[in-house]
Amino acid sequence: MSNAQLEIQLIASLVAVACAIPGTFLVLRKMAMISDAISHSILPGLVVGFFITQDLNSPLLILLAALTGVITVILVERIQKTGLVKEDTAIGLVFPAMFSIGVIMIAKNANDIHLDVDAVLLGELAFAPFDRLTIGGTDIGPKSLWVIGIILLATVALLIAFFKELKVSTFDPGLSASLGFSPVVIHYGLMTMSSITTVGAFDAVGAILVVALMIAPAACAYLLTTDLKKMLGLAIFFGVFGAISGYWVAHWLDASIAGSIATMLGVVFFLVYLFAPSKGLIAVMYREKRQRIEVSLLTFLLHLKNHSEEEERHVNHLNEHINWQKVKSKTVLDLALKNNMILINNKIVSLTKKGDEFTSQAIDYIITNEDTQIEDMKKHFFLFRG
Amino acid sequence: MKSMDNIKNTNSKDETTASISANEAGAVVMAVKVDDLTVAYNYKPVLWDIDLEIPEGVLMAIVGPNGAGKSTLIKAILGILKPIAGSVSIYGKPYHKQRSHVAYVPQKGSVDWDFPTVALDVVMMGTYGSLGWIKRPGVKEKKAALEALEKVGMLPFKNRQISQLSGGQQQRIFLARALVQDASIYFMDEPFQGVDATTEIAIINILKELRKAGKTVVVVHHDLQTVPEYFDWVTFLNVKKIATGPVKDIFNDDNLTKTYGINYKVSVQK
Repeated sequence: MSNAQLEIQLIASLVAVACAIPGTFLVLRKMAMISDAISHSILPGLVVGFFITQDLNSPLLILLAALTGVITVILVERIQKTGLVKEDTAIGLVFPAMFSIGVIMIAKNANDIHLDVDAVLLGELAFAPFDRLTIGGTDIGPKSLWVIGIILLATVALLIAFFKELKVSTFDPGLSASLGFSPVVIHYGLMTMSSITTVGAFDAVGAILVVALMIAPAACAYLLTTDLKKMLGLAIFFGVFGAISGYWVAHWLDASIAGSIATMLGVVFFLVYLFAPSKGLIAVMYREKRQRIEVSLLTFLLHLKNHSEEEERHVNHLNEHINWQKVKSKTVLDLALKNNMILINNKIVSLTKKGDEFTSQAIDYIITNEDTQIEDMKKHFFLFRG
Repeated sequence: MKSMDNIKNTNSKDETTASISANEAGAVVMAVKVDDLTVAYNYKPVLWDIDLEIPEGVLMAIVGPNGAGKSTLIKAILGILKPIAGSVSIYGKPYHKQRSHVAYVPQKGSVDWDFPTVALDVVMMGTYGSLGWIKRPGVKEKKAALEALEKVGMLPFKNRQISQLSGGQQQRIFLARALVQDASIYFMDEPFQGVDATTEIAIINILKELRKAGKTVVVVHHDLQTVPEYFDWVTFLNVKKIATGPVKDIFNDDNLTKTYGINYKVSVQK
């Protein structure tokens, strides 16, 4: 691995971490689309900043562009507040307008300005190592590595300092306000940090990938954990994994690095979506199937409890009485037998003591909705896990 | 805590009747004072010129039809909504100076219960106010949160993910979060919404205990039948304030009709 390769992966990884942190909160606040709006609408800010500073990595340019991002958020909220359109429509109105202003500005000044629309959308990660930062003649690494490194440090510092405020205002803005942590201040703080991160990452990875890096890792993490700190950790892990694996996919296919990273993030999300232990598609399908069988089992046991007459409890009669197909009847019978809930004597089914108790408890739960007594049943039956 | 115990002692002499704490001169202390409060959404007033005084130590229901502005009143008192006119004081001072004395239980439906956190953590949020910005909760806060969970009977569920709790359990978690704030005044927005009968009884017992300890409890309430049984003070609200006072004096068909419109009757059996 050459130095340049290492540097590209390092930049991509730092960008991934810097994006995953605000991204986690955007996902939890149901504001994923805001990151899309910010990443596109900072373009005019970038162009104006570039006119003034002539340097894509100047701090002034980053602040100017980030300001455009915050203005976008304010515009979206203003339009939404009129009550005439919903939030998604407001977002759809604002960012294409801002973005196209930027596009026109670039087109009109194409000869004087070192910025093109392709680079804006997809970034120039492959060229990042060529733009070096030198101090007193010594090369201290690629400029974008320093830019994103400093932004990342600031993000981590703010996250550590304001973790509890971010958490409470995201979960319960009303409580947060009543405790004196203004949700408005925290909201705009998060928006400002997201904008700055977007601008810092933009130069390296472009407008589309910034969104992918903010949302996909957080969405994966959301499916895997029920702990905010772990969610942040997992989002960072998925982001870095996407960045490095994406880089090597690009290397192997000789394709765009930014595009490959976004693709890898998509693949990772799809896998998590399928295989996540409790929220994943397969787990949900399995659970629903189990719940269906368990409901049937309960129906069957209840039938046995309610009917003492032998005719109602004959194996062959059960099909017609409960009106099930043969296969289903067999599954339910087997399940009941396996759990020692029924006995079959001369083809007459009867409840065991255990089966009888279980049925009473389950019915009691369904009628009263009292949860305490079914706590131990939750371990064995999906039905009671809510 | 010391001052709280004093209040408890003075009140314990006469616990059966609605006990409103009074100072030695006999004047009633006002926990909350609302003056000429008007709140509007998009220039349409939802609360109009409300004057309201809540005496210290009452357990008060706010009742009124849907859209009467009950939640809005609480939110405006707590500074969550900005009124277009009027003022609010808590023990004689503006709310933002009295935050530590006030606890708030929002409507259960106002938060996302899929948020990645566990019951204990939600209760800990109640301690954030006394911590202030940046400082993190430590051992002391955790202990307080565990005690509050114990009080609402939710200790066995402390590490349960909040979406895995039933509606009643979620409401108890919210109540524990308010208890942990150790406030003087509690505002609760429909704490009985969507809870089972057992939880409702558990919650009202805790509210009555709070009142016995000299706290002031203000509850947005929907079920008119239970007002005389649960509360000692009531406010009728429908955009304007219709009436406020002790339940035994003002909870009658006349005020109910004024609040709910045409000939509303609840036959309240004693």
